Amino acid sequence: MLLFYQVLDGLVSGSIYAALALAIVLAYRATGVINFAQGQMAVFSAYLAWSLTTIGLPVWLAIAGALLLSVVVGAFLERVVMRRFESAEPLVGIVVSIGLFISVNGLVSLIWGTSLTQFPAVFPAGSIELGDVGITYVALGTVVVLLLVIAALQLLFMRTRLGLGFRAVAVNPESSSLSGLPVGLLLMTGWGLAAALGALAGTLVAPALYLQPGMMDMVLIYALAAAVLGGLDSPFGAVVAAWLIGVVENLAGTFIPAIGNDLKIAVPLVLMCLVLFFRPQGLFGRVEVERV
Amino acid sequence: MNLLEVTGLTTGYGSSTVVHGVDLHVAAHGVTALLGANGAGKTTVLRALSGFLRRQGQLVFDGHPLPSGSPSRVARAGIAHVPQGRGTLRQLTVRENLAVGGLLRRDREGVAQDMAHCEDLFPVLRARRGSQAGELSGGEQQMLAIGRAFMSRPKLLLLDEPSLGLAPRITQELFEMLPRLRQDWGLAVLVVEQNANLALAIADHAVVLEAGQVVLAGPAPDIAGHDDVRRAYLGD
Repeated sequence: MLLFYQVLDGLVSGSIYAALALAIVLAYRATGVINFAQGQMAVFSAYLAWSLTTIGLPVWLAIAGALLLSVVVGAFLERVVMRRFESAEPLVGIVVSIGLFISVNGLVSLIWGTSLTQFPAVFPAGSIELGDVGITYVALGTVVVLLLVIAALQLLFMRTRLGLGFRAVAVNPESSSLSGLPVGLLLMTGWGLAAALGALAGTLVAPALYLQPGMMDMVLIYALAAAVLGGLDSPFGAVVAAWLIGVVENLAGTFIPAIGNDLKIAVPLVLMCLVLFFRPQGLFGRVEVERV
Repeated sequence: MNLLEVTGLTTGYGSSTVVHGVDLHVAAHGVTALLGANGAGKTTVLRALSGFLRRQGQLVFDGHPLPSGSPSRVARAGIAHVPQGRGTLRQLTVRENLAVGGLLRRDREGVAQDMAHCEDLFPVLRARRGSQAGELSGGEQQMLAIGRAFMSRPKLLLLDEPSLGLAPRITQELFEMLPRLRQDWGLAVLVVEQNANLALAIADHAVVLEAGQVVLAGPAPDIAGHDDVRRAYLGD
């Protein structure tokens, strides 16, 4: 029974990592930049949601509002900041995104302060009893929301014209512009969607962690590990890797005394190194095929 | 009535000017060949037309000034550019590449018809519709790039070195197909080609560039019979 709960807990935290990992993958696929500021942008969004609750909005509405605002913020950052560096070397983009991370962190502290703030519960307390196991509504809700997001993204990317446009621009912006695609607009929208996904991760995790400027730092590390582990261009891979990381980390922390709670953060990183050693493209990443 | 009328086109990369005051035109439903040695500025002319480069000069397309500075807007105005090398989206499937070509069109039925037409023209595209474009051979990718260009139903097709890297037999097939495409789709073509024989065989008008300037222009048969051209580009 302990094993079951540890796996379930792992899946729940894995779902949070997955939401942020999906955001990172989405932004990467759109603009080719690994956005280290994705977690910090999620913190900003979570604070936005909190601010909306303080003016009297119910928490779900506040989250919806924060998601919409995040789309605008993400699109704005892409257009105004990242656009200048997308054609430069990848390292430049990474350094800029780290700069963005620090700037957004500062901005959050400036606006909302650095003390812990309680975020209202998103899911009701209590649990649903199935036989002799109880699953909390928080756990169930988190996993279900993530599954819905995956389904929605899959539909968007594989079944809609907008999704095809996203993928075309991600593969080759110049070539896409020759088919008349509005490349800049699609890049902005891609970053906007990524920011909304990050916002979802932020608001899902906020009730458990309390709001504070550094609340997503750990999640970011796990999410980056998941994104790389799954293969940076594979949303499906990112989710599976995030769940894997959540579960393995939890099990190792519980059942291997030498690791315990303090060392368990090292588990996903060791996992990541091992996988990359044998499969540099990640678990589900595609090796680009080329015929000359 | 000319579909494209270019007067005094001057363009280049950054501060270096590569093309100096070029005049050329493409007749409605016509084929113009743009010839010249390596580095004469042929590709640069095409890239300037499709909005990738800063440029000066008067460019009139279909009775309107050609939009500048935005390849997307040029494409939407009705010009499809098949760039040098392989103008495909490598990680997307063959079908998806064609769909991207028609992505901005609103007539869904027309898009479906044109896709079927493309696949009739290039049967290999139907056979390999689910494959990643990057897996195709060079010739197949060139066909896909041309098919994708057609899917946007352009009025003018810019073809940059379609024979580059292709086996001679495939090049031959491709060029034999072009006049048919012109008939079927009613479009005009501006083709850049090192292999002048091939290009002149299908063109009705030709322009010869040297060091970024027009040195010769006229009906294709005249150009093909011109002594200087025969010596310089046709290997006589």
